[in-house]
Amino acid sequence: MEPFKFTRANDQHSAISSMGGNGVKVIAGGTNLIDLMKLDIEKPSQLVDINNLKLQTIETLPNGGMRIGALVKNSDLAYHPDVITKYLVLSEALLSGASPQLRNMATVGGNLLQRTRCPYFYNEGFPCNKKNPGSGCSAIDGYNRNNAILGTSAQCIATHPSDMCVAMAALGAVIHVQGIKGTRAIPFNEFHLLPGNTPHRENTLRQDELIIAVELPPISYAGRSHYLKVRDRSSYEFALASAAVALNFDNGRIKEARVAFGGIGTKPWRAILAEKVLTGAIASEQTYRTAAEAALSEAKSYKHNAFKIELAKRTLVRALTTVGGMS
Amino acid sequence: MSEITGMPVDRVDARLKVTGAATYSAEYYPKNLTYGVLVTSTIPKGRIKNINSSQAERLKGVVGIMTYKNSPTLHFPQSSDPGGGKFGEKDLLPLQNDRIFYDGQIVAVVMADTFEVAEHAASLVKMEYEVDQPVFDLEKNISQSYKPASSLGGGAAQESRGDADANFQNAAAKLNETYTTPVYHHNAMEPHATVAEWTGDKLMVYDATQSVAGSKNLLSSMLGVPAEKVKLISLYIGGGFGSKGFSWPNTVLAAMAAKVVNRPVKLVLRRQQMFTTAGRRSQTIQKISLGADNTGKLNAIKHDTTSESSFVDEFVETAGVATSMLYSSPNVEVSHSLVRLNKGTPCPMRAPGEAPGTYALEVAMDELAIQLKMDPIQLRLVNYADMEEQKKKQFSSKNLKECYQRGADAIGWSERKAEPGTNRDGNYMVGYGMATATYPANRSASSAKATIYADGNAEILCATQDIGTGTYTIMTQAAADAFGLPIEKVTVKLGDSDYPKGANSGGSQVTASVGPAIRAAALGAVNKLTKMAIADVNSPLHGRKEEEIMAGNGRIYLKDNPDKGEDYIRLLSRNNMQKVEALAKTNVSTRQQQESNPAAAGSADAKAEEESKTNAAVQEDEKTDRKPYAFHSFGAQFVKVLVDPQLGTVKVDRAVAVMDIGKVMNLKTAKNQIMGGMVFGIGMALMEETAYDPNNGRVVTRDLAQYLVPVNADIPKFEVQFIDKPDTIISPIGARGIGEIGITGITAAINNAIYNATGKRVRDLPVTPDKLI
Repeated sequence: MEPFKFTRANDQHSAISSMGGNGVKVIAGGTNLIDLMKLDIEKPSQLVDINNLKLQTIETLPNGGMRIGALVKNSDLAYHPDVITKYLVLSEALLSGASPQLRNMATVGGNLLQRTRCPYFYNEGFPCNKKNPGSGCSAIDGYNRNNAILGTSAQCIATHPSDMCVAMAALGAVIHVQGIKGTRAIPFNEFHLLPGNTPHRENTLRQDELIIAVELPPISYAGRSHYLKVRDRSSYEFALASAAVALNFDNGRIKEARVAFGGIGTKPWRAILAEKVLTGAIASEQTYRTAAEAALSEAKSYKHNAFKIELAKRTLVRALTTVGGMS
Repeated sequence: MSEITGMPVDRVDARLKVTGAATYSAEYYPKNLTYGVLVTSTIPKGRIKNINSSQAERLKGVVGIMTYKNSPTLHFPQSSDPGGGKFGEKDLLPLQNDRIFYDGQIVAVVMADTFEVAEHAASLVKMEYEVDQPVFDLEKNISQSYKPASSLGGGAAQESRGDADANFQNAAAKLNETYTTPVYHHNAMEPHATVAEWTGDKLMVYDATQSVAGSKNLLSSMLGVPAEKVKLISLYIGGGFGSKGFSWPNTVLAAMAAKVVNRPVKLVLRRQQMFTTAGRRSQTIQKISLGADNTGKLNAIKHDTTSESSFVDEFVETAGVATSMLYSSPNVEVSHSLVRLNKGTPCPMRAPGEAPGTYALEVAMDELAIQLKMDPIQLRLVNYADMEEQKKKQFSSKNLKECYQRGADAIGWSERKAEPGTNRDGNYMVGYGMATATYPANRSASSAKATIYADGNAEILCATQDIGTGTYTIMTQAAADAFGLPIEKVTVKLGDSDYPKGANSGGSQVTASVGPAIRAAALGAVNKLTKMAIADVNSPLHGRKEEEIMAGNGRIYLKDNPDKGEDYIRLLSRNNMQKVEALAKTNVSTRQQQESNPAAAGSADAKAEEESKTNAAVQEDEKTDRKPYAFHSFGAQFVKVLVDPQLGTVKVDRAVAVMDIGKVMNLKTAKNQIMGGMVFGIGMALMEETAYDPNNGRVVTRDLAQYLVPVNADIPKFEVQFIDKPDTIISPIGARGIGEIGITGITAAINNAIYNATGKRVRDLPVTPDKLI
């Protein structure tokens, strides 16, 4: 770990004004950042502790949606009664991630910025375009069992590891940020970036911008939702494939559908193609399977992760079946 | 007074551990301490071309950088046995030259005033390498394999009887399959850690080790320092599982670094470094051929294992070691081959040999049973070995049939459907599986010192160690019974190389080796009290014969008239004695070869040997003729699994182990040990695997986020039962060690249950979702 300066901000304004410089990073829960610093992958010159900022509230909005402060702990959000009732998929996604100790520390804002678990990103001495732009990707021809099959590029096939983000992608959350020049509201799908030729750029947040809150739009049927995560062990492990699903039924027909994948995409993967198949279709296993086929139609696998294509399809079918069976 | 041994006594060190008061090796802070941080190679083979450490040297707080260019000269280790000390890479003494043999090889140690500065400085040491083409893929280099002459400690690497080939060809039923296991890492919670301090020519070392005597001995011989000048302490160890059985470069490097900077040095491995330079379980490729007649009687058993070793030492994963004795058959052939790779040296890991070996053999037995349409238990009963047929010896004690029966009853074996894939429960397929567990009962020479104090307390000293298994607790129980004292009056001190030498924690041998020595020493001390009382005209026991007298509740008294006697406190104070002491050494060994360097034992040991000539307990113990016997523990593992065939996930729903391990020393710690082994087995069956880069052979998964071990959610309700019949041949205490048998058989039982649930047979571990969908 390299030496760094540590400061504490007591309000949004002082936080944002100290963030502009090169190498300045914000620390909240620190559950990912500190690990990466210990491994010399993140080398901030300064850490700005924002835990004193008043961003810990969860509000239910007049329109029925919710606004979640960036510093809300993952566990507080998961166990919030309105989240459980209105956005079950988000609660389930949060609780499927990490361990209780980590969820008690990790924040919503930090979770959005979580970095990949590609082993080559963590391993010194291996080329990695995320870590050292232009050095190459060791995973494409290397050990890539846990790598992505959607959204990959010739420069990077690293998976986005978050569970929370998958549910938020399905729900179409909006990320509110504040910078020196003012505030922005970023639709979830425009927040994370595909790797393309710049895999080290992972989101559209600017250096001086601070995540303030995440807003969940009102979705009348999102209580009838589910997050299913398939992994190599029963807990405390990232997804091989996961699916976030919400369905609005009308007399045996699917009126609206929200679908997103985790564990298989280079970003939290909203499956618009699957949603199109589901919308207006009769709820049946056949429909679910067709939706899954559509969702994975553009998947590209590598030497060790071809199984993820079929596993992701089955994960989605199971998640849809589960929601379809909910009363 | 009833026996304390066997009772489910709480761990005597539990409070110290849960309150953080137990001091582990990294928790010593000698005055003027410096922190050592390692720089490791990022290439698997080559040479160091250039070292640029100028940036690191300039950092404030850096006190030294040790590389091959300035490190003290080391001597070849004078021992090759874990008991006397086994260095993990004998042909690569650390920092002696510029050659690189594996990824993660230590190339420099940076010492600084603080850990933070040392870490930062280590990242600034720039190594330039000349890279050679490494050899790293076991399967692709199988043509380079060779047959080793022997395995660790001189064990047989090739064994046979009869003609397995010919009888296999002529068998009515044949099973011929290949089973593979990946590389595993021990992943003890406590990393390897050493604190070394020189005072003049004397070396004091705190080291996380499974062999206090061995680690000390290696430091002495490698550094060229007389043994009496080296003292090593290892009071508490946070798990070893074999990774701390050999000594790895970190220990001697801490002592070298302390010499170079002339200050104490603390050196703790990072988790990532534990994946490269502190051993592992080798990958195995195991070919098994079973030939049977129509009744299931095995006419031929062949078990051929290929595993990996390094270019700097030799270690054989003896996967076939149990195959020559587990079942009755006139024709058996067990062989082992090695391929040398550019990786660190493998080493023993919990049940080395038996863990991967019983996986392969016991899955093969299941496959043969299915082929013969037999119940898998029945196939094992048909081939039950009443004697050790390879060595032609009787078993000292074997109650395996009872294990099968009780295990089958406990799991509800009658619920098992013989036809696979026919037992559905919602989204799950239900399956049952079983396998035989086995591990040798090892015993080796050990000594101990016993003291009874005039205040009525007693103490045992022994240079063995408790690696988290419960050794402190069970030895306190055994000592309390021998001293005739309640358990709270007895203190057992281990983990100090100045104490009389005890066994190393390897091969499940500590209980059976150290227990009798401690018992004999304690009985020796009581005997001195008895003699004192007989000679004392003021004692109520004056003039009595020794055999009339017994001890209990802190008193010696007449067997016939317990009221007639006196307590230890009164006897000692009346005789103006502050204490009585006794040393004992038992030389019994069930191993094939003696230690390569018994001199490691030291002077306390020689005195113990001398005093033991008149110790009745030692004499009685050593009188037993053990030559006609083979010593093994056995057990049966049963599991019920729930498999989601769509998603490929496996949940072990129940697991039952019935173990025949001689006398149970402590029901609670014994169950802990078996359960721990079963958890290991679940990991091995379902998730554990170290991945290497297919292009350069470097380790890819190097932490506990990437290398999966089971978490609580993976662990079912365990049911552990013991036969609890003392093995009167192995020792007077009747116990056999249980550190390793818990992991044997369980992996196969899970695999067999998955087959029973789904009809899918996975022969390459681990059975992850991708292999079942």
